[in-house]
Amino acid sequence: MLRFFLNKIALIIPTLIGITICAFGFVRLLPGDPILALAGEHGVTPERYEVLKHQFGFDQPIWMQYFGYIGGILHGDFGTSIETHRPVIIEFMTLFPATVELSLCAILFAIILGIPIGIFAATRRGTVVDQGLMGTALVGYSMPIFWWGLLLIILFSGMLHWTPVSGRIDVRYFFKPVTGLMLIDSILSGQKGAFQSVVSHLILPTIVLGTIPLAVIARQTRSAMLEVMGEDYVRTARAKGLRDIRVVGIHALRNALIPVVTTIGLQVGTLLAGAILTETIFAWPGIGKWLVDAIFKRDYVVVQSSLLLVALIVMAVNLIVDLLYAVINPRIRVQ
Amino acid sequence: MTETTTEIAPVISTKRFAGLREFWHYFAQSRGAVLGLIIFVLLIIVAIVAPLISPHDPIEQYKQFFLLPPSWTDGGNPDFLLGTDPVGRDILSRLIYGSRFSLLIGAFVVALSVIGGITLGVLAGYFRGWVDVVIMRIMDLILAFPPLLLALVLVTILGPGLINAMIAIALTLQPYFARLVRAAVMSEKGREYVTSAKLAGAGHLRLMVITILPNCLAPLIVQATLCFSDAILNAAALGFLGLGAQPPTPEWGTMLANSREFIQRAPWVVTFPGLCILITVLAINLIGDGLRDALDPKLKRS
Repeated sequence: MLRFFLNKIALIIPTLIGITICAFGFVRLLPGDPILALAGEHGVTPERYEVLKHQFGFDQPIWMQYFGYIGGILHGDFGTSIETHRPVIIEFMTLFPATVELSLCAILFAIILGIPIGIFAATRRGTVVDQGLMGTALVGYSMPIFWWGLLLIILFSGMLHWTPVSGRIDVRYFFKPVTGLMLIDSILSGQKGAFQSVVSHLILPTIVLGTIPLAVIARQTRSAMLEVMGEDYVRTARAKGLRDIRVVGIHALRNALIPVVTTIGLQVGTLLAGAILTETIFAWPGIGKWLVDAIFKRDYVVVQSSLLLVALIVMAVNLIVDLLYAVINPRIRVQ
Repeated sequence: MTETTTEIAPVISTKRFAGLREFWHYFAQSRGAVLGLIIFVLLIIVAIVAPLISPHDPIEQYKQFFLLPPSWTDGGNPDFLLGTDPVGRDILSRLIYGSRFSLLIGAFVVALSVIGGITLGVLAGYFRGWVDVVIMRIMDLILAFPPLLLALVLVTILGPGLINAMIAIALTLQPYFARLVRAAVMSEKGREYVTSAKLAGAGHLRLMVITILPNCLAPLIVQATLCFSDAILNAAALGFLGLGAQPPTPEWGTMLANSREFIQRAPWVVTFPGLCILITVLAINLIGDGLRDALDPKLKRS
């Protein structure tokens, strides 16, 4: 197990270095002068230019610049936002919990609905129910979520006035963040109605962000169940005269869930990419909206750091999923 | 000599035909796949004859008719069947022309990523060693970023616009092809027919392209179909964020971006372009599912 773990770590090191090179190279690949891009200034005097050049380390050889960049990152220094003049890492830390909360709700929504739908469709293979459910899943899988979000806003916010259009909580409520997750903080604050406000703000973004993972999980669960249900041990269980629910629920499901767990883990990238669109539509103050805003404000330090941080997060989660997979499925460790 | 070739030729062609017939037999078993194919063919026809069937010019602005609702609702004008957008352009005509862009995006992106992916995958799988290591580590690196994020950042570097968006998306999709081709090449490389071709004196290039590659085609076709719909979705997303096709281009995603502020007043401006994206992507995914079932020997019902 330890060897498997070390192997996995060794495999990701080149990618890790590659990610930092990408983030480092990003600023230098931008059209125009990287120094002016980083300073966010136009038309500076030659003296100011030299000062900036020295400040950003551009007077050093390129490999020194790279090691300087890595050194900064290892000390938690990701640079300063051109727009707000605050350290990027602090902005990231204040916005990241919003994205985590939204993504967690979305993936829970997808799991809670997706796995039962997949099982249900598998047990009724080939029937109208199965075809209907899988047809719907394919529609969800093909959904342009930015449009889906707008549709839900038109229907539930515009016509029915059930949910608010944007944000995380009503402006009437204010409390200091404890965990950063509004669902928990609103309860801790003890303010009346705060929790309901948070939930009503969360519902639509959760559905929008969870739609594609829901479809993926439902399809994957169904095919994993179908595969497992043809296995000998399931047939044996049936032959023993066990009831259907026990065969499906215990013998088949336990084994079918192994590939589904990997699928769920692989949704992290989908979630973070989806968060870029979902947060933009609902004005959700997370890192997705932060990134898009930064691109339009030409805040390249923020773009550079979010590229790096998001890739690191995706990588870390995928590593954890790989390890979890090895824990629940011992066969994989040998390979 | 010439006699034998003329005799063999028809045999080969009927054999090919039989293979195609067998493929169609499996493909047609899925009603969804056939439905997807019909929609896709209709879409191609619409794209080709767009100038003939669209009632108006897609970028002509009828200033006195802005934000007209669809013709069957109150205040609708029969001249503008699906209504007009915030600057008075006919939505139906824009949607019809938009089909050209979506198909073009899908085809261009898939062509680009297939060519890049095949080249890299064949090189990596055929030569192995350090060539393999370098190529595949770069592919791993691309896959470490969520595709939309990477495309966004690349477009920031290249500048907004449809061409740059397509290049960026192609780059994010190419590792899937490279991985697929590399794996297929590696498994085919040790087979007898490759060894015999090598003994017959075939060079590296001939072995790679003519001997090995045609035997890896089935999974490639399936992957290409899935990437076609991915490309359309991601290009529309970039357009929606304002970084893809630029107005007044009648690209469906861009049409959504321009009408976001009017969603409460004029929901039809938002509804129809998104519906077109959904139907197109759905049709292609239906075809993809059908192709996978028909081409994948492991899933084929014997």
